[in-house]
Amino acid sequence: MNDAPAFPAAPAADCAVPPGVGPSEAAGRGQREVFCGLTGIVWLHRKIQDAFFLVVGSRTCAHLLQSAAGVMIFAEPRFATAILGERDLAGLADANEELDRVVGRLLERRPEIRLLFLVGSCPSEVIKLDLARAAQRLGRVHSPRVRVLSYSGSGIETTFTQGEDACLAALVPDMPAASDRSLLVVGALAEIVEDQMRRLFARIGVGPVAFLPPRKASELPAVGKATRYILAQPFLADTAMALERRGATRIAAPFPLGVEGTTLWLRAAAAAWGIAADKVDAVVAPDRARAEAVLAAKAADLAGKRVFFFPDSQLELPLARFLARELGMVPLEVGTPYLHRGLMADELALLPAGTEAVEAQDVDAGLDRVRALRPDLTVCGLGLANPLEAEGLATKWSIELLFSPIQGYEQAGDLAELFRRPLTRRARLAA
Amino acid sequence: MELTLWTYEGPPHVGAMRVAASMRDVHFVLHAPQGDTYADLLFTMIERNDRRPPVTYTTFQARDLGGDTAELFKDAVAAARARFAPKAMLVGASCTAELLQDDPGGLARTLGLDVPTIPLELPSYSKKENWGAAETFYRIVRALAGPARPRGARTRTCNILGATSLGFRNRDDVVEIRRLIESLGIAVGVAAPAGAAPEDIARLGDADFNVVLYPEIALPAAKYLEKHFGQPYTRTIPIGARATRDFVAEISALAGIDPVPDMGPSRADWYARSVDSNYLTGKRVFIFGDATHALGAARVAATEIGFDVVGLGTYSREFAREVRAAAAGYGIEALIADDYLEVEAAITKAQPELVLGTQMERHIAKRLGVPCAVISAPVHVQDFPARYSPQMGFEGANVLFDTWIHPLTMGLEEHLLSMFREDFEFHGDAAPSHLGAGPGTLAAAGKPIVIATPPAAANGSPAWTAEAESELKKIPFFVRGKARRNCERFAAERGVSSITVETLYDAKAHFSR
Repeated sequence: MNDAPAFPAAPAADCAVPPGVGPSEAAGRGQREVFCGLTGIVWLHRKIQDAFFLVVGSRTCAHLLQSAAGVMIFAEPRFATAILGERDLAGLADANEELDRVVGRLLERRPEIRLLFLVGSCPSEVIKLDLARAAQRLGRVHSPRVRVLSYSGSGIETTFTQGEDACLAALVPDMPAASDRSLLVVGALAEIVEDQMRRLFARIGVGPVAFLPPRKASELPAVGKATRYILAQPFLADTAMALERRGATRIAAPFPLGVEGTTLWLRAAAAAWGIAADKVDAVVAPDRARAEAVLAAKAADLAGKRVFFFPDSQLELPLARFLARELGMVPLEVGTPYLHRGLMADELALLPAGTEAVEAQDVDAGLDRVRALRPDLTVCGLGLANPLEAEGLATKWSIELLFSPIQGYEQAGDLAELFRRPLTRRARLAA
Repeated sequence: MELTLWTYEGPPHVGAMRVAASMRDVHFVLHAPQGDTYADLLFTMIERNDRRPPVTYTTFQARDLGGDTAELFKDAVAAARARFAPKAMLVGASCTAELLQDDPGGLARTLGLDVPTIPLELPSYSKKENWGAAETFYRIVRALAGPARPRGARTRTCNILGATSLGFRNRDDVVEIRRLIESLGIAVGVAAPAGAAPEDIARLGDADFNVVLYPEIALPAAKYLEKHFGQPYTRTIPIGARATRDFVAEISALAGIDPVPDMGPSRADWYARSVDSNYLTGKRVFIFGDATHALGAARVAATEIGFDVVGLGTYSREFAREVRAAAAGYGIEALIADDYLEVEAAITKAQPELVLGTQMERHIAKRLGVPCAVISAPVHVQDFPARYSPQMGFEGANVLFDTWIHPLTMGLEEHLLSMFREDFEFHGDAAPSHLGAGPGTLAAAGKPIVIATPPAAANGSPAWTAEAESELKKIPFFVRGKARRNCERFAAERGVSSITVETLYDAKAHFSR
């Protein structure tokens, strides 16, 4: 079992030109086209089943959650907005009293809530409504039935997935202390992905394994000096810092997207348990072979196709790496709302030489470039997709990448299919 | 502070965006943080527009707050002017920027732009989406509408006002009403905001009168045009065949032409008189939406289909008076609310057999297992059907008949259901057979069934025998709660302690008188 397929051992050496890293000239200072961190509530409220998210904000915040989320499928969502009115703006004392009243009414109506997040918004930040203090105050009132925490999902401080980062970071101080060695997998994942990872780690011999966020607020994992954590999502810089303040140590790795990403991710975790890469490879060989077979079938339609990413979720770099290295696609430009060089180091090293990574670009300038380049596939947000389709450009709407299970071996083919479908669909309709 | 799960209306700047996105050659610069750009997807995903809304957001961030957000705004305006070359610009602030007090209008003025630039005041903490749309349209009309040019000998002309992007079926209503007006020999000058450019707004004053299709959006502009250019405007909203005939009479009078005696009848008129529609008589309908559509639907329901209007309400507080008056005419009290939970409680209590509402009421109805048709914004992607599907005019009346009747259990099937209530696949809780397995029934919704819960079972009210309880189950679920309460009241009033099958039928006979 020593013929473990080698991924480039020292990828940096392969790069004649290191990937360009923004903010480059392309970034500019024009309009951003990104969601704010409140959007994360759409998946977090489903993930943590006994938690409730109360946004303290404006009618715009409520409208965002309703429109962006398409939440009308839910009987009664586990989130709501406390909409600030003129009276709340006039005096913060009143605003706090009002908040206490609203929270009281909410908890009365929803007795099953065990954890309440007060979520800050642009207006609450600008008027300096101190939600951390409000959370402490309300926590005392409603203890022990309900814990109350706060974080900011405001669009002046966070984009899209950073809302999850802020939420998880707020959970970390609440995690119980641990002294035993354990692995903590960090980032909201589909339940099926978590279960697969749990089984893989057990087969490899890494454990005990816990996940953050947990499925129930009452099941927060423990953390301490012996905890090793590994990020499953790339946008969790604040959570990583909070875990390190609790003594945990990060296992650096690329992200578990695609066969290569998943293998390197598992190997990194195994290494921290003193388990050699070839042992990991031997254990995962069947999973990997299955995934590679699916990818090979998908690659036929994707190899050589040029892809352009608008900034959206911070998943762009790992996705571009996957598309380039496992499916033979050519990333023209990889926009990302924020580029954390530390957490992204392993990904940057794997990106093909000369890939242009652009942080927080001006959307109008980005559209100019995309129209000039006419890529085969443009990955973009919901505001841009149909207009670009109408201009004859195939698009993949990026929000689906957050709402689908895409991590790990068994999902590698599904992930490739998300990019392949817009192209095969066009071919069908053209035939 | 107001606790909100779902909202019927967005903030006022979204209303302004709807007007901007409806028009040609207009660009809106909105002082707003980056997250507010979500609103683009309303236009590109819900309405499936093939272009981005003509809106530039300043997307300021926390780090800009210490610096000069005003400068950022001016840069954005100048850049938008250069890039999009609009014929008119709108400037305004969203809720967060309103707190910064940067004065978009004043800042834009200092740029000395070479296109008309219209400042918008959009108070986010007190007003809502429709108000914002109405205000924006009014400001545009005020800024751009010129006086009437000298009249030669020409045909009578009117404008059609109020249709916007993201309006409920506005696209098709304008086509239908324009066709109707033109068939009377009246010309349509301008339709606005949807489809109009600034130069069209400039010639609004040329028309003899204005047709107001959606008062929520067009009323302030129509009043302005009446005051300054002497143009009267229409009051009748042509929803339903009767209202359409009234509308034809109203515009004929305004245009000074002879009334057309025999418009219609529409196919819906005949279908409603067809014998198979007998079963529609007195069906209990609950209506909620914006004021225009709720009022129109109530009239159609009561006078053209023969339903009983058991609930009527609106989230358009601006039109509360009109809706209250209409509700009083149906012998009920209007529900004026924008709290979804309040609406849900009212629907549950009214025990309707059909709900006509927004997407929110569709959801409520689904949970209660009651058929529903959508009649009003807020819109959903399904409210932009590929087919031609107006709500107004004679074709609109046909569309209403089909859309409202199809979710119901059809006449003969309804009879069979009540005859063979215990049939395993043909029972009272099953969905209409032509709609497949359909939405969950009350029991399947997994929530306590409020309307079937005996309200006073615990405190000494009469007990039900097993036989009577089983007989009660054969009554359609939407009236079962009422039947239960009636039986209990009947029994209590007569000092009967045990409700038998006999008591049930005695009560039925008593209350049927």
